[in-house]
Amino acid sequence: MVHEPPSSDPTPDTGAATDVAPLGRSGAKPAHERTADEDIDVADWERVAALAEFKALLAAKRKFIVPATIFFIVYYFALPALVGYAPRLMAAKVAGVINVAYLFALSQFLVAWVIAALYVRAAARFDTMARRIVENFKARTR
Amino acid sequence: MSPALGMFLGFIAITLWITWWAARRNTGSSAYFAAGRSLAAWQNGVAVSGDYMSAASFLGIAGIIAFQGYDGFMYSVGWLVAYLTVLLIVAEPLRNAGKYTMADVLAYRLSPRPVRAMGALSTLTVSTFYMIAQMVGAGALVSLLLKDTGIGYETAVVGIGVLMIVYVVFGGMLATTWVQIVKAILLMAGTVLLSVLVLAHYGFDLGAFFDAIGQVTYTNAQGERVTQDFMTPGLRYTPPYGALDLISLGMALIFGTAGLPHILVRFYTVPDARTARKSVVWAMLIIGSFYILTTFLGFGAATIVGRDFIAANGGTNMSAPLLAQALAGDLFFAFISAIAFATILAVVAGLTISASTSFAHDFWTNVLHRGRERREGEEVRVARVTAFFVGAISIGIAIVLGPSANVAFLVALAFAVAASANLPVIVLSLFWKRFTTAGAVCGLGTGLVSSLVLILLSPSILRADAVFPLENPGIVSIPLGFLGAAVGTWLTREPAAERKFAELSVRANTGLGAERATTH
Repeated sequence: MVHEPPSSDPTPDTGAATDVAPLGRSGAKPAHERTADEDIDVADWERVAALAEFKALLAAKRKFIVPATIFFIVYYFALPALVGYAPRLMAAKVAGVINVAYLFALSQFLVAWVIAALYVRAAARFDTMARRIVENFKARTR
Repeated sequence: MSPALGMFLGFIAITLWITWWAARRNTGSSAYFAAGRSLAAWQNGVAVSGDYMSAASFLGIAGIIAFQGYDGFMYSVGWLVAYLTVLLIVAEPLRNAGKYTMADVLAYRLSPRPVRAMGALSTLTVSTFYMIAQMVGAGALVSLLLKDTGIGYETAVVGIGVLMIVYVVFGGMLATTWVQIVKAILLMAGTVLLSVLVLAHYGFDLGAFFDAIGQVTYTNAQGERVTQDFMTPGLRYTPPYGALDLISLGMALIFGTAGLPHILVRFYTVPDARTARKSVVWAMLIIGSFYILTTFLGFGAATIVGRDFIAANGGTNMSAPLLAQALAGDLFFAFISAIAFATILAVVAGLTISASTSFAHDFWTNVLHRGRERREGEEVRVARVTAFFVGAISIGIAIVLGPSANVAFLVALAFAVAASANLPVIVLSLFWKRFTTAGAVCGLGTGLVSSLVLILLSPSILRADAVFPLENPGIVSIPLGFLGAAVGTWLTREPAAERKFAELSVRANTGLGAERATTH
């Protein structure tokens, strides 16, 4: 059932079935608003979850994401911790007034960018694995 | 009307016109809300940046660095590194689960009504805190521009607040996206220009600039003239609790971003998880470059304008605009002020929309009326009324706080609330099979209450009588948020939620069954 929103509705009506419903709708919920209960089962989730390929994907992701997360959290908190508890070391001058604290802070930007770049590279591999799972699954259920 | 004021109003008018023009012309933007789900990675990256870099980043950080040197730069670092949490942990699973509000993600596996109710409450709280800071910044800015007319800070806050809310309520979501994109570009341009002018002031000699940072002279609280090295840490965070406060601040900053409702909804606007990931990277490049440049804004203001002059002419938040005035006169001052104003407008717009939609959609319709509207258009009316209420509350608190409260500090409190209440339940609902509705409600509740209570008991409110010695509650309230969620989960069992975990995990990791981009 297509519902015309009242003209005072400030939400853009993009006219697509998967849209966020225009505020003030009285028709059926669009797909993305359904809770899992109301969702039509598009896949046998349990079966996909049990696939060896799927488990391999999870393992591969974990192998990158867990160490990367631990590393960036440790590296990041080293900054406030050292600034707070080792002020003499952090105030040591490297060149002119530029001190260890400022260089360490700048290095945080660099490290964040490098981790992001490494993740994008690793994630390309995850995308391939995920695509294979989806394709296999579709081929089997056809 | 002074030329500066005329120029300021002119720039605001042009910005709004560009926004309106772009919103009407570009069909891509009509798709913004979700449908489309068709924004390109760079577009979403720019919009995320525009949504994120608020008055706190531009006015607030420049002010803290100008007044307290190196310690202010810690805000810059934390606000960039925060995006690693978003990139590695939250963005892609969230996009693939394919929902719209933060509460939608929770309602996916858990019982919808209680989690939506708590989700809406915490969204409103975080947004209000965030908005207070924007109002303080806007009020200080406009009262400085109108200095000669005798219009005070209070009147300015009320005027600006009403104007912004009206713009948001009637402009809607289209205008919001575009004001964010236009603003992000303007803000970057203004910041680069200002940084180049700071360098030019020192004859493009970085050495001379840093030497000046080593000897900043100002009048301290005891009225003595002192000269200090502003590059040395410890001007803001002093013993005995400074170190803990700094770590606490860091926790709020890097875990808060991944719990900000108005940032999270951005990842629903792109076609797939891959684009969501790339848009985070775009945002990290833009935001990171900006935060590195705060070195020039903040230390430039400290060395060229001086702390005493800023304190006497609008206070800490006016450091960047006053720097512009000192470097290139009144018109450039008006230009930078207009950019700051557009920055605030864009953020207020994003906040108001996410807060009022969440209240109207999650709470009013789904919780109170079980997903049914009693009258046509009721949800819209509720959303509008909510927008006015959130605006009015923020205006009121902004007036009570006054123009001298630093806006970066105020926004960091919003981050602390988001990190304590929202982040634990988002992460646990995505990764912990055993997680239950009671756990989510408990986690949201303890995170929200503990962060708010600790802020009320902190030195920022109680001054010398503070019960809790830290300005930033994160170090206590974030673990409490996780603990609340864990305890609530251990005390209950929810087999239905556990059964749906396989589905959530497959969806989140493969994108199977995720919302696709729609074509128009």
